[in-house]
Amino acid sequence: MIMENALEEKHKDNAGWAIDADPKNDPTYPIKNRTNEEHKGYTWERPTQQFVDIEVLHSNERPNITSVFGTSTPPSGLSGIIRRQAFKYSENHYGHWLPLILADRINVVEGIVDDLKRGHIPNIFAERGWNAEWKYNRKAAVTKIAVGVALTALLVFRLSKKNK
Amino acid sequence: MLAMNYRGPFRVRVDHKPYPEIMHPEDAIVRVTRSCICGSDLHLYHGLVPDTRVGMTFGHEFIGVVEEIGSEVTKIKVGDTVMVPFNIACGKCAFCKQELYGNCHESNPQATAVGGIFGYSHTAGGYDGGQAEYVRVPYANVGPTVIPEGMDPDDAVLLTDVVPTGYQAAEMAGIQKGDTVVIFGAGPIGIMAAKCSWLFGAGRVIVIDHLEYRLEFVRNYANCEAYNFKSLEDPVVFIKKTTDWLGADVCIDAVGGDAAGNTMQTITGRKMLLQAGSATALHWAINAVKKGGIVSIVGVYGPTDNLVPIGNVVNKGITIRANQASVKRLLPRLIEHVQAGRLNPKGIITHRVPLEEAADAYHIFSAKLDNCIKPILIPPTART
Repeated sequence: MIMENALEEKHKDNAGWAIDADPKNDPTYPIKNRTNEEHKGYTWERPTQQFVDIEVLHSNERPNITSVFGTSTPPSGLSGIIRRQAFKYSENHYGHWLPLILADRINVVEGIVDDLKRGHIPNIFAERGWNAEWKYNRKAAVTKIAVGVALTALLVFRLSKKNK
Repeated sequence: MLAMNYRGPFRVRVDHKPYPEIMHPEDAIVRVTRSCICGSDLHLYHGLVPDTRVGMTFGHEFIGVVEEIGSEVTKIKVGDTVMVPFNIACGKCAFCKQELYGNCHESNPQATAVGGIFGYSHTAGGYDGGQAEYVRVPYANVGPTVIPEGMDPDDAVLLTDVVPTGYQAAEMAGIQKGDTVVIFGAGPIGIMAAKCSWLFGAGRVIVIDHLEYRLEFVRNYANCEAYNFKSLEDPVVFIKKTTDWLGADVCIDAVGGDAAGNTMQTITGRKMLLQAGSATALHWAINAVKKGGIVSIVGVYGPTDNLVPIGNVVNKGITIRANQASVKRLLPRLIEHVQAGRLNPKGIITHRVPLEEAADAYHIFSAKLDNCIKPILIPPTART
């Protein structure tokens, strides 16, 4: 009520201000329990800030890091460099999202390199769920294997011919 | 501990990762007893969501036992069995105070358009998710809810996302008694939206998809009509024809960016990533709804742009309503529905898979093998 009175006071010289306002005209009902809290701006009492001991990229559409944040996989390597550049642009900009997709793809290669560095050879077939493909979709699995073998054989044949 | 580990599009495995730690006084550590693979996890799995980093653990639908709590946690205690809403919400920001728990402003530094979500890329906050043995749960005074005595854990785990999202899809659709509701997508969310539409008084519920086993399932589970768009020359004309040429009162997009059915949308949205996923379902929803009708969107799209007939939205006077489900707001009502037997969430679970076999479960769900509707992952610690 205080906020409403202050609003009326603020607009008292604005003829007709809010004359057609209708609280029922609210397409957000019942999703939003409307109190117009946000009219007060970014003034709420924030939760305790999580200690920032890793690199957290934050959207430039907000002034700070949120009170809590995830600590999974901080940016690193070439993909990290690209992600840092991406966060110089807002969520409104392709300059933000397209480099992030590029970074995701580069990150896949980095993941394989990291695996190999740790002496782990990734089992790509198992990771792609080929056990299930073999069990439930064997015909398609056999076809894919046959096509793969044929293409590899062709490639090997061509390369060996070139080398001669 | 064991945890699902994303390695790139269509590649995941289960690895040993460090146990999560309390990092904030309002954190809790939960030992996971059930987690689901969500249809929206497939958008991550397919590489459609920007800033999905290799090494992340997915999973935003899970329940478990509280193992540890931070110094400021007062609403739950060690040993409680809790369901954890997929939204990470502070309860203090202007949006949480208005029950927009899916739009919290203090849980996702990376993007302002979406609140924090467990295991859903850095675009949703960079949190490791619940497809693991243990998970860190921030703001434990707000989200986690003690599972009522006697509730089946399989019902409870579906109350963390699928049921609230399906219910909110129907709620946002503003369904009035007797309305014809058309739902695009017979995945878990579409199935639940169909079921929930009756709770709002729908007169007719029609589901459109292209997978016969799912259409058969939804016909039986939600007692509705279901049609295969591959057998319809044009799904929009079909809807017009079956509604006396006026269009549906309400259309719900329960598919999102992985939609099939339009070659151009598929190539530009799913293959080339020139748009934020394929918007076929949304396109059909806008064109199949009546003038002055309502389109409700719960399908997940990426953050860039989509090709939709926005001119028709204007010319038809369509109201579009959309949001991530506000799980905490809806839980009390949905628990009532489950306890009263009006909703039977666990009825959609088709696959119970050991966590260690997550790669197979993802592939089965993604490739729609073995008549999969909803897979859940069970960690070894919950199987003994």
